[in-house]
Amino acid sequence: MAKSNILARTGNEAMAEAMRQVNPDVVAAYPITPATEIVQIFASFVADGLVDTEFVPVESEHSAMSACIGAASAGGRVMTGTSSQGLALMAEMLYIAAGLRLPIVLSDVNRALSSPINIHCDHSDTMMVRDSGWIQIFSENAQEAYDNMVQAVKIAEAVKLPVVVTTDGFIISHGMERIEILDDAEVKKFIGDYKPEHYLLNFEKPITVGALDLTDYYFEHKRQEIEAMKASTPVIIAVGSEFGKKTGRSYGLFEKYKMEDAEAVMIAMGSTAGTAKVKIDELRAKGLKAGLLKPRVFRPFPKEEIADALKGAKAVAVMDRSDSMNAQEGPLCLEVKAALYDKAANKPVLNYVYGLGGREIKPEDIGTVFDDLFEASKGKEKPGVSYLGVRE
Amino acid sequence: MNIKEAVKQKELFTGGHRACAGCGAAIVARQVLMAAGPNTVVSNATGCLEVVSTIFPYTAWNVPFIHSAFENAAATISGAEALYQSWRRQGKYDKKVNFIAFGGDGGTYDIGLQSLSGAMERGHNILYVCYNNEAYMNTGVQRSGATPKGADTTTAPVGKVKKGKEQYRKDLTAIMVAHGIPYAAQAIVGNWRDLTSKVEKALSIEGPKFINVFQPCRLGWSYKPELTCEIGRMAVDTCAWPIYEVVNGQYKITKPREKKPIADWLKLQGRFQHLFKPENKALLDDIQHAADRNWEELLKKEAPEKSEK
Repeated sequence: MAKSNILARTGNEAMAEAMRQVNPDVVAAYPITPATEIVQIFASFVADGLVDTEFVPVESEHSAMSACIGAASAGGRVMTGTSSQGLALMAEMLYIAAGLRLPIVLSDVNRALSSPINIHCDHSDTMMVRDSGWIQIFSENAQEAYDNMVQAVKIAEAVKLPVVVTTDGFIISHGMERIEILDDAEVKKFIGDYKPEHYLLNFEKPITVGALDLTDYYFEHKRQEIEAMKASTPVIIAVGSEFGKKTGRSYGLFEKYKMEDAEAVMIAMGSTAGTAKVKIDELRAKGLKAGLLKPRVFRPFPKEEIADALKGAKAVAVMDRSDSMNAQEGPLCLEVKAALYDKAANKPVLNYVYGLGGREIKPEDIGTVFDDLFEASKGKEKPGVSYLGVRE
Repeated sequence: MNIKEAVKQKELFTGGHRACAGCGAAIVARQVLMAAGPNTVVSNATGCLEVVSTIFPYTAWNVPFIHSAFENAAATISGAEALYQSWRRQGKYDKKVNFIAFGGDGGTYDIGLQSLSGAMERGHNILYVCYNNEAYMNTGVQRSGATPKGADTTTAPVGKVKKGKEQYRKDLTAIMVAHGIPYAAQAIVGNWRDLTSKVEKALSIEGPKFINVFQPCRLGWSYKPELTCEIGRMAVDTCAWPIYEVVNGQYKITKPREKKPIADWLKLQGRFQHLFKPENKALLDDIQHAADRNWEELLKKEAPEKSEK
């Protein structure tokens, strides 16, 4: 294992630190709460000459992603960061970055979408662009934010798809934690040099990027993009395992916490998973068979693997920190239910929409969900969707 | 540029693209690249030029080319240029490269104005060329911020009550000059020497540059395809579109030998035919007065003291 350095860092600082070590050729970014610090800290790295990066302080998030697309098409290793409305403004360009198969890495600090305007955490922003063709990786804490950012570069370049790594706004972005980071040289070795296959600055072989596809080619190109997303699963697993060998922290598609014999299983992403672990420890101490499945990779969605992991569960609660406004379940629950349909549709799946706009979720709230689950596992009827922690 | 030498070069914007007969945008692309040479990266906003030149699996571009969206040709080229600066600084790249963005007037005056302004303010070493055909031609002749007053377009049509576009166009070149960029210019389709000289001059200067090329559109302006260059030149002679350059704030105007009435230019185009009905005389006069006023203002910018006398 490689030597690690122990630091106290917020989620934003951890992500900026990862970016410094990656030392991208270009960063184009625009400030937005609660992600501003990432860009700000990175700008200070540029000002102090700690990175080789050309920093482009653009006039909007739309231009941030446009400049990233220009730089990545030109042949560079490129990163950016944003949140909420910024990600929404980028949405058009996110689809284009993925369609052009550009390995851009973006840190998104999850924040609620307007309206009403709100600066606190929920997952609406990331969920809004879940079908944009970006690999999406969620982080539970600052350590995972750092680890995921480093791995994202390697994953993106291997499969030629962009990757977004998320943290939860304020909860992780501004919370100080103990983290371990690798030496700069180790990160450099882990990600290797980026060698683009086709790029604008290669005058030996001039290329046209972003040509017009009509009815005769569009479908084939999208089909290839779909295949790239499918093919990213083994790459994500391999990179996570290689990272584990270096650091002792291995990563897969999701984390299983006390799942071996769990009867009541909660599925939660991001910081809530940490809160759930505390509650599950309490329940386990009382002899209750509670467990957690924490999806790390939301895109590609690990359908088969999640269905297999839930085979032994008697009841499942899916925690959604956003709503699809479809008058049904939240986006994570829909994915989980679709996964279970083929393999293990024989159990109650309860959906809890919670924490919108940064509404706090405490261990007690998690406790009420497990109360429901244990009752549901004994056959008691429970509502399909509940709104946890809202005044009604 | 020496025309005898230029024609011996490899075509950088080839024929076989699908532009209309008499399309001015294709002429702009070809002449700009003739002046810029092969070491050029091009970005292009969504629009006529992009649509006719890059229908997969074909491309008319023999230089590296990128199109990503409509409103961001300037942001996209600034990203490519940033990568170039980064690689140069890191000692990874030593070729000298020009970065040129092309956008129509819709993609430049309207939806792309913010990204253009941002790129100019940040000072990238790029040249932005607006091929200005005074409306959204790719989607079928809708009015834009560049459409002149009185023009017939599909979203400001001539009807029983309205007489085409009711507003004057905005002066985008002045807006670019106000950014304090080292080089801004207006040119036309129909004077290749003027356009290519301006491109060469722009590319010899470090920093952000802007050229607003007036581009007659045979479809949207409704005239015979062979008149494209003539209509461009007539715009200069009537001061409908003065050609000039602004180098570090200093104006230099290429004046017509004799300033002709703007009607001479308007009458060549279908989009202005309604102006010649007797009931629209006041509007025609207004357009002439506005052109006179703009011309006087421009002359003052070139030689402030002289014009005050």
